[in-house]
Amino acid sequence: MSKSDFSRRGVLKTGALAGTGLALPTIFTASSAAAFTNDPTGSSVTLGFNVPQTGPYADEGADELRAYRLAVEHLNGAGDGGMMNTFSSKELQGNGILGKEVKFVTGDTQTKSDAARASAKSMIEKDGAVMITGGSSSGVAIAVQGLCQEAGVIFMAGLTHSNDTTGKDKKANGFRHFFNGYMSAAALAPVLKNLYGTDRNAYHLTADYTWGWTQEESIAAATEALGWNTVEKVRTPLAATDFSSYIAPVLNSGADVLVLNHYGGNMVNSLTNAVQFGLREKVVNGKNFEIVVPLYSRLMAKGAGANVKGIHGSTNWHWSLQDEGSQAFVRSFGTKYGFPPSQAAHTVYCQTMLYADAVSRAGSFNPCAVAEALEGFEFDGLGNGKTLYRAEDHQCFKDVLVVRGKENPTSDFDLLEVVEVTPAAQVTYPADHPMFAGGALGSCNPGA
Amino acid sequence: MDAILLQILNGLDKGSAYALIALGLTLIFGTLGVVNFAHGALFMIGAFCAVTVQRILNLSYEVVDETQKDFLGNALKVKTSYVESWFGPEMGGAIIDWAVPIAIIFAIPIMIFIGFVMERGLIKHFYKREHADQILVTFGLAIVLQEVIKYFYGANPIQTASPEALSGVANVGALFGMDIVYPVWRIVYFFFSVVIIGGIFSFLQFTTFGMVVRAGMADRETVGLLGINIDRRFTIMFGIAAAVAGLAGVMYTPINSPNYHMGMDFLVLSFVVVVVGGMGSLPGAVLAGFMLGILEAFASMNEIKSILPGIDQIIIYVVAIIILLTRPRGLMGRKGVMEE
Repeated sequence: MSKSDFSRRGVLKTGALAGTGLALPTIFTASSAAAFTNDPTGSSVTLGFNVPQTGPYADEGADELRAYRLAVEHLNGAGDGGMMNTFSSKELQGNGILGKEVKFVTGDTQTKSDAARASAKSMIEKDGAVMITGGSSSGVAIAVQGLCQEAGVIFMAGLTHSNDTTGKDKKANGFRHFFNGYMSAAALAPVLKNLYGTDRNAYHLTADYTWGWTQEESIAAATEALGWNTVEKVRTPLAATDFSSYIAPVLNSGADVLVLNHYGGNMVNSLTNAVQFGLREKVVNGKNFEIVVPLYSRLMAKGAGANVKGIHGSTNWHWSLQDEGSQAFVRSFGTKYGFPPSQAAHTVYCQTMLYADAVSRAGSFNPCAVAEALEGFEFDGLGNGKTLYRAEDHQCFKDVLVVRGKENPTSDFDLLEVVEVTPAAQVTYPADHPMFAGGALGSCNPGA
Repeated sequence: MDAILLQILNGLDKGSAYALIALGLTLIFGTLGVVNFAHGALFMIGAFCAVTVQRILNLSYEVVDETQKDFLGNALKVKTSYVESWFGPEMGGAIIDWAVPIAIIFAIPIMIFIGFVMERGLIKHFYKREHADQILVTFGLAIVLQEVIKYFYGANPIQTASPEALSGVANVGALFGMDIVYPVWRIVYFFFSVVIIGGIFSFLQFTTFGMVVRAGMADRETVGLLGINIDRRFTIMFGIAAAVAGLAGVMYTPINSPNYHMGMDFLVLSFVVVVVGGMGSLPGAVLAGFMLGILEAFASMNEIKSILPGIDQIIIYVVAIIILLTRPRGLMGRKGVMEE
């Protein structure tokens, strides 16, 4: 007589375990095929708007939020539709995104990388945001872009102008509509040549952080290619407020052009100080002394007041453009808020529309599907002419505006005038350009 | 040589703001024994007094001009200021142009009042507390004040120009046969600070009120025992210190467009100035203010930075460390002040 070791309970246990074990790979396979971070399963989808609501760029952040609200309104079918009507892609129907109502949460970047990452993380983990967008600083954009890559959500950058955002720090989940330092330089150089000639000595004052470095590198290379001599490149602390001790040495340097690679409060103060020191009336080497501000912002130009008059720079977009898209956006924004939008507002509105359109074309919120839809996407009707979202680095290539401080402004926001629209072809560079080298997109991360 | 003289001028001009703020800080510390971290906020409020006066003078009414269009294509609403309407374009324009100097008249009573409210409403409750408590509460107050300003005026800098007659540059080197130009308003700022500093010293030195205050600073208890209400005088001194910081702020607005954060930008530097000058020493604060301003200007010279890269960003703190190591009381510090 043999004794069996099997009991009824033991067989059941073994069977259950074996069944679970066999089923597991199927569960994981099935799950990973469809799941991604914050897959919206209900009737709505949540977007995360991460903008500076406090800190030095709070006014730009407020304008970005206004544009985001407008974009959400248009996506959900309210308002006049804005640039949805002029956008070359006709996927968006005003019924949300893929039929889901668009909701949003906001975060405060404080223009600090750690605070921006914390608020983005909170919006992803607590609020279920499927996409993060916004910001008004390159340092912040690069930090949040890295976080979104790790978390497996799409990051649609706001106002970030450093070459590094789509250069050495580019990420597969990150996309930039705004132009960059190289493009500013490429657009400005021919205008500067026409205005000031090829025999010039340039003195650079540069904000000492990622944006300033790449802006200085770009504009110095572009002007040196014209034949200009770079007299000095001086780095100034980001926290500096009084630039007089950096301006004073310019007076005796032999330079006849001052390039202010400054943005925001730095730009307002350095430009004000430069004008105070009489640089604009100065004649050096038999030529009128000139000041150049490579990146202009209308909101910041307001702080510098009359000092911006006649000073050239570049901008991503300006409310005075006469194309259909720009006019539709200005009308929509101006009617709602009573004043025209800034370039920060324009770029984030475009980014929201581009994301929504990519989701619609992909038929999925999966970040990898969205990324694929955005890569190589060519579009028009969003205020910058024909635009390409280049697949290799996720940078938009479009026309760049060269602007000048207006001599006789008629209102608080009528501060800049467009002097030239530089075609996209002139500011396009190869994806492996040395100024953008050192990083790799990597592969898309769907998260979950 | 030109470059050196230029940086000396620049240092004196930078030092003017440091000295004025440090003077107020020292007045408060010397009289009330309070380490006032909200002093930078008073400088900022002073600057916004100028912004407010400028806005009041620019208050305007709108007239619809059918011949011009706004950005939406509607008839343009042309603004005309009441001042220009009342006094004529020339006189009205001149009044608006002189908004910053006019703001001085308004800033003095406003700042004294703010100082009085600050001292009586909050700071007096912390006289007997530790310095750490005083620093915490005044720092908190500074944050609250700057957020209030940001709520009403926004975060971006607001341009506040100097009068046309005082803008531009003056050839200060002409006296020595050199070609050294310097902004007129910065020269005005320097002389303004000299007048204010001189006025404060004269007030303390040559008036009975000043004599009592100085006696109170030296020995508060004895002065109290003589039946003099020293607390009331010290409260007035707090108001005067607030006014000094406010005036420094008003006059600073054409130099750099004011923003809500400008007080914090000056606060740490001013404390270093006070420590280097010697806690509680008024001449020390003024001397250190100008000295550090000049050193900072020289450290920004390219010739210096090529030898010591980044020295412009740390020079003030390096000097503070050296002074504190070699002369812990600061340049002109009094024995027993901030010493256990």
